[in-house]
Amino acid sequence: MAYTISRPKLNFAEKVYLPAIITGLGITIRHFINIVTGKTKVTMQYPEEKWDKKLPPYYRGAPTLVKDEYGRERCVACQLCEFICPPRAITIHAGEIPEKDRWRKVEKFPKEFEIDMIRCIYCGLCEEVCPEQAIFLRKDYAITGLTRQEMVHNKEKLYELGGVMTGLVYKWNDKK
Amino acid sequence: MIITIVVSLAKAIGLIFLIILPMVSYTVYAERRVSAMIQDRIGPNRVGIPLTLFGFPKDIPFYGLVQPIADAVKLLLKEDFTPAHVNKLYYWLAPACAMAPSMMALAVIPFGSQLWGEPMVVANVDVGVLWVFAVSSLGVYGIVLAGWSSNSKYPFLGGIRSSSQMISYELSLALSVIPIFMVCGTLNLPDIVKYQIDHGWLISPIWIKGISLFPPGINFQEIWRSIDILKIILWIPLFISFIVFVISMFAETNRLPFDLPEAETELVGGYHTEYSSMKFALFFLGEYAAMIAGAAVIVTLFFGAWHVPFLPTTLHNPYTVWGVLLGLIHITAFFVKVALLLFFFIWVRWTLPRFRYDQLMRLGWYFFIEIALVNVFIVAIILPFVPK
Repeated sequence: MAYTISRPKLNFAEKVYLPAIITGLGITIRHFINIVTGKTKVTMQYPEEKWDKKLPPYYRGAPTLVKDEYGRERCVACQLCEFICPPRAITIHAGEIPEKDRWRKVEKFPKEFEIDMIRCIYCGLCEEVCPEQAIFLRKDYAITGLTRQEMVHNKEKLYELGGVMTGLVYKWNDKK
Repeated sequence: MIITIVVSLAKAIGLIFLIILPMVSYTVYAERRVSAMIQDRIGPNRVGIPLTLFGFPKDIPFYGLVQPIADAVKLLLKEDFTPAHVNKLYYWLAPACAMAPSMMALAVIPFGSQLWGEPMVVANVDVGVLWVFAVSSLGVYGIVLAGWSSNSKYPFLGGIRSSSQMISYELSLALSVIPIFMVCGTLNLPDIVKYQIDHGWLISPIWIKGISLFPPGINFQEIWRSIDILKIILWIPLFISFIVFVISMFAETNRLPFDLPEAETELVGGYHTEYSSMKFALFFLGEYAAMIAGAAVIVTLFFGAWHVPFLPTTLHNPYTVWGVLLGLIHITAFFVKVALLLFFFIWVRWTLPRFRYDQLMRLGWYFFIEIALVNVFIVAIILPFVPK
């Protein structure tokens, strides 16, 4: 069925078009003045202002390895994180703890632990899966480098970023 | 003779290279900054003096004011690519054709009173405004040539649009200023300025005379005499012609809401789609220089050019420090007025949407030309009753 669309009846002010223009100019100049006088909130000016202090405790930054309060490395090279890592960013070369060592029962330690930060998607699954609470996503988010090699965090770098984490870890417990 | 040539050259070069070209680049910066602020953003505020390049620990940020230089360097260093399918001669000619007229139009603008007794206008010719119209309408050739020689559909459409638009608005532009010539009785721009100094800026309905800051003093009798009902009546058609002139100037300089020749959303880049590097930069320069020229004409015709109210216009001896200072104040005043108008141009651009093409044509041919024409007759009727 054919029907006609009714055109809106315009009054004189609307036909002349100038009042609408002036209203529009008023709106834009109000926005302009508000931002000049600092009433409008704008984006954080990144390199000058950072939100480091306001980061929530659950923030997922770069994954790191942590040591305990005695300076012992927590990782037992179980490779669970390596297997669960969706983009396969983690590579662990496990080594054996020698027979005579006091902590022989721990069996393995990571000879080398590499996280390719170009691959990492900051999902936090490694942290979730770790049985020894050795890997944590810390609050570093500005991971940069000039070469691909630089972007691969090795064990040393991971411990440097991770630092010390206190708390209960089972493997150092003699009774277990 | 040689001295005259040297002085004119000095004025032309000083005007173009010391004032207009820096002003163009900072208008582009202002355009970006103001548009950002209108849209609740901040805009380019990063580029400063890159001291870290020279081994210093920190850059000087400078509110991004170095941005235009960075832009210019970028445009200069880009590859100057000429597509294979273009008409080479016209393709190379077009950017210059777009750039030169807007610079030439500035020749007749009185941008200051005097410096060391030398009037601050490059060419004091009696045709004045006609020169501006004649030259600025040449600017369309650059755009049409660019559109045509690019041999590609979007520039072609841009060129066609530009030619019809500029021809349409040229008419109302020229018609709308006829009342001014009737009131002032001259086409010569410095004389129009002189008229405005004596009788008040044409934009203002009442002009208070008899107040002076140097030497300070108020003459009440003169203030009373300067208010005249007939002048206020005469102001109405002059204001109408101001509005028509400004709107036509928007169309003439291809500014939004009349920027159909380069409508980015429809025509990619419009007439300069196929251009790159410095040739593109010349179009850009030409466009903004045309904007400045347009603003300068508006300032000269309606805002009293370099005149500052309540300040003396001349000194007995222009060679003293005070004379030079006064000349510099007048030049500054002129460009401050131009800058304010440019701000208005930018402000309008980021407020209004673009016209549809038929609306644009209708507005030009049905309304502005008629309004401007009727305005001429209204002024002709009022004028005999207004005391000189």
